[in-house]
Amino acid sequence: MSDTTAQQRAETRTPVLTARNVVRRFGGLVAVNNVSFDVRPGEILGLIGPNGAGKTTMFDLLAGSILPTSGEILLNGVLVSGEAAHRRIGRGLGRTFQIPRPLPNLTLIENVMLAAQGQAGERLLANFLTPRRVAAEERAAETRAIELLELVTLARLAHEPARVLSGGQRKLLELARVMMANPAIILLDEPAAGVNATLLEVIIDRIRDINRSGITFLLIEHNIDMVTRLCHRVLVMASGQLLCEGSPDEVARDPRVIEAYLGGAA
Amino acid sequence: MDLLGYGAFFLTTALIFSLVTLGLNLQWGLTGLFNVGLAGFVAIGAYTSALLTTPDDAARLGGFGLPILVGWLGAMVVGGVAAAITGIATLRLRSDYLAITTFGVAVVVQLVALNAQKLTGGPFGIGFIPRPFGGLAETPLLFNLSNLAVVSVVTLIVYLALEHLSRSPWGRVLKALREDERAAISLGKSARFYRVQAFAVGGAIMALAGALQAHFTGFIAPDNYLPALTFQVWVMLIVARAATSAPSSAASWSGRFGPDREP
Repeated sequence: MSDTTAQQRAETRTPVLTARNVVRRFGGLVAVNNVSFDVRPGEILGLIGPNGAGKTTMFDLLAGSILPTSGEILLNGVLVSGEAAHRRIGRGLGRTFQIPRPLPNLTLIENVMLAAQGQAGERLLANFLTPRRVAAEERAAETRAIELLELVTLARLAHEPARVLSGGQRKLLELARVMMANPAIILLDEPAAGVNATLLEVIIDRIRDINRSGITFLLIEHNIDMVTRLCHRVLVMASGQLLCEGSPDEVARDPRVIEAYLGGAA
Repeated sequence: MDLLGYGAFFLTTALIFSLVTLGLNLQWGLTGLFNVGLAGFVAIGAYTSALLTTPDDAARLGGFGLPILVGWLGAMVVGGVAAAITGIATLRLRSDYLAITTFGVAVVVQLVALNAQKLTGGPFGIGFIPRPFGGLAETPLLFNLSNLAVVSVVTLIVYLALEHLSRSPWGRVLKALREDERAAISLGKSARFYRVQAFAVGGAIMALAGALQAHFTGFIAPDNYLPALTFQVWVMLIVARAATSAPSSAASWSGRFGPDREP
């Protein structure tokens, strides 16, 4: 019940993320065709659809990895459509990848510390001119990174290189890493793919915990069980267009969704 | 005694080469930038310092007769700026294309050195470059040992500064870009900004090495900066890495040789 009131409250606030008439063409292919939606503060929004529906392209557009052919993307009400990908995390948008991208030869803790924003030590000269400030920030970042690794149950591997991790652990590392940047919204690309059942429970629990702390999620997922358990609201894409939106139950019963997934066989 | 003098001379030359290799290690080992034109940056450093410090010569521009230290600093600045410009123009290119472009830059620099006679003395090069401890030239052993001491101190300072940087958050960003550019960008790091920085600092170190060598030998000519120099330094880097390939060696500056391929 409290979830419903939280959602009603959220609906009246500025959306964390807005896509407005977004189009992306690759040559003759329209991968994303006039898609509009809002992500409300504090919700977990699911984005589902059959393979090739344009979900990952939509993610890349939101994260800035590719730019839209037309349309607008707003982050906390600010237009960011033309802005480079590396600037968006500073505005509160973090993302993970469908195939996790840990930095294999950096340790777990280095992977997580890398995501800290606005570190003085990332400026070349500051390392020589203000070494004390750099050292103090590094200590603070290290403490926070350990906390986050504990949150995702990877603290015991903190000083191992990330290449030793299994597929599911890599997803957890990416989650910790993106959290380090204190984002307002996290885009998760298939957090359940290739993850064993035990670890999947950990991932679901952690997403819930993090969401309760006020962070909004938009996630692409094929695991419908996970979508039903986690998401407050679901968007369905097919052939580059937004097919419908609603609660997980409503969407699962929608004949258009069933047709899109099963190609009309149902 | 002669053997000792020769040993000092040999070590000085080796240290100057190791300084160039340190610059290349920052670019390739830490950041994954494939610079096959480093001879160009060494040449820029040597010529800049020579022009700044030699006595006035009616046959060409300069020299300006400035102190040696000013020549070295000038070499670093000009070398760094040249590398930054090369970087801004080419760093969108990855590996093999970057290699071709940097190779081209080095060939251009060498051809300018050979043909811009008014600036560089052309094929005859520049002589009478002031040598630190030139007054000791009468006693070769003392002269060589003094030079060895200066070059050792400079190399040590550069080495320690680079070690400090490679362990700093700045170095961590470079390693991240080397390993997975897209992941690093998603975490808010501008690939281009950091690459240009690494390329410029590497170029400045190479230029400093060129300047040190120019003042050590007292004479430079375009033939010193042929592509063979580039390949010698690459061989040094590769051999050095093979010798320090312990995978656990986070202390060794990049931990391993070469950047990761995209999955």
